[in-house]
Amino acid sequence: MAIDAATVRKVAHLARIKTPEERLEPLARELSGILDWIEQLNEVDVDGVEPMTSNVAQPLRLREDVVTDGDKVAEVLSNAPKSADGFFVVPKVVE
Amino acid sequence: MSDLTKLTLKAVLDGLKARDFSSEEITRAFATNIEAANPALNAYVVQTTDKALDMARASDARLAKGEGGALEGAPLGIKDLFCTDGVQTTAGSNMLKGFVPPYESTVTANLWADGAVMLGKLNMDEFAMGSSNETSAFGPVRNPWKSKTSNAELTPGGSSGGSASAVAGDLCLAATASDTGGSIRQPAAFTGTVGIKPTYGRASRFGMVAFASSLDQAGPITKTVEDAAILLRSMCSFDPKDSTSLDVETPDWTASLGKGVKGLRIGVPREYVVDGMPAEIQALWDKGVEWLKAAGAEIVEISLPHTKYALPAYYIIAPAEASSNLARYDGMRFGHRATGAKSLTDLYETSRAEGFGTEVQRRLTIGAYVLSAGFYDAYYVRALKVRRRIAQDFDAVWDKVDAILTPSTPSAAFALGDKEIDPIQMYLNDIFTVTANLAGLPGISVPAGVDSGGLPLGLQVIGKALDEATVFQVADVLEQSAGFVAKPERWW
Repeated sequence: MAIDAATVRKVAHLARIKTPEERLEPLARELSGILDWIEQLNEVDVDGVEPMTSNVAQPLRLREDVVTDGDKVAEVLSNAPKSADGFFVVPKVVE
Repeated sequence: MSDLTKLTLKAVLDGLKARDFSSEEITRAFATNIEAANPALNAYVVQTTDKALDMARASDARLAKGEGGALEGAPLGIKDLFCTDGVQTTAGSNMLKGFVPPYESTVTANLWADGAVMLGKLNMDEFAMGSSNETSAFGPVRNPWKSKTSNAELTPGGSSGGSASAVAGDLCLAATASDTGGSIRQPAAFTGTVGIKPTYGRASRFGMVAFASSLDQAGPITKTVEDAAILLRSMCSFDPKDSTSLDVETPDWTASLGKGVKGLRIGVPREYVVDGMPAEIQALWDKGVEWLKAAGAEIVEISLPHTKYALPAYYIIAPAEASSNLARYDGMRFGHRATGAKSLTDLYETSRAEGFGTEVQRRLTIGAYVLSAGFYDAYYVRALKVRRRIAQDFDAVWDKVDAILTPSTPSAAFALGDKEIDPIQMYLNDIFTVTANLAGLPGISVPAGVDSGGLPLGLQVIGKALDEATVFQVADVLEQSAGFVAKPERWW
């Protein structure tokens, strides 16, 4: 299935990756090539097959709902691109 | 004194315990090797010599008192995928350059608790997405091996290329690695080393930078099967901090060694004969069959009919999971943040475009596409169903065989730059290894011979879930039969 430049533009936005106009066509060709190769999955009879999301057949474990960690403001912020007064500093979100 | 860095992990552990040499001595020897070799091999992205010497001296003090853990004093290399407290961890990405975790991954914490010494962090494909180490933001790792017929620089494979190159080049005793589609076993095969991916859930994923969480699994790259059994045991543990961690006992796999394969039934899957496979790979596989037969195993031809669909299914599932996992890199709390963005969305998109390399962007775009409205069922859900078919293929043969023998890779190491142009050609590297990830099974690559250019080739043994014991048993016999002793000629 062929992907065109407009689709790549849309998907790149979904992936939140800025993609320059001149990259859209080449990317469309690359992705089309990969998806064409993936198309062979349509040959497989999957009627009645449950999707397999995990290799681990156990139910997720639960734990007590108690605080197990915390009071680590400095550690949490230590890799922040920008922080002040114990907070992350991010661009203005609401106008 | 002979060159300590050429010894196996087992020999070093014994030597340290007998006080034949000190951990500080061997740690210094490795640090010297790294200084000399790294400009050429590019295996390490961070060298932690001071920390290593501190750890070594602490080990020596414990050893002097007759104390110490299972890896006491052994200098190891750590794939840069594992978070190491206070030491930069980047997963080979510009997105994480300068990221210094304030916590330790469970796998590495287990190693330090057992007394291991950290030499540094090992280069890898960006976010473990690659089969040649060429997607690393730090540049490609070079394979210590060169073909006799060409002077070309070869890939050590990927994504654990730094781990494989460092072990093969005597830049560490052994290394941690990780395997999502073949990233332990393919580099091991390309460098004449041993690499095992255990059963999914044996090793904790806590603190291991995520790529595709339902497939990612840590394991060691080592010089021998015995070393792999020793290091894997230390790496594995039940961990409440990983929701898919298995609450099972970690056995002593060295007990499998020397048992032989008499009476074991070994499956040879006919679907692993692929178009265009070099005759040398087929010949090596035939030899493996002969060795096991000669050792008393029964060879059983089996069918795993959905094998050819494993890679295409993987290239939906892994990018889909990656697109979800890597959504965390938004430039807000950690990682690269672009400057001069015009809006919040622009900031996200610019930070990610600047932080991620080409292959990562390609896979995130595929992931977003196959998960998007209108395509989710046709691609993602179908791939999950095919994944179950692949797992069922294995389930159906386990009453007939105890383990499966295949080649590890469809070729020997190739030249850097050779496959960069065509992503699918690159993806085909994992054709024999990816099924074990999809089905969650243990798989090991053992060096078993060389090609006409003198480059190492590996054989893979796949076992039942949680049956690493049999995998090691078979791998041990392959190692003994192959008597693989070739070493790369030093050119660096």
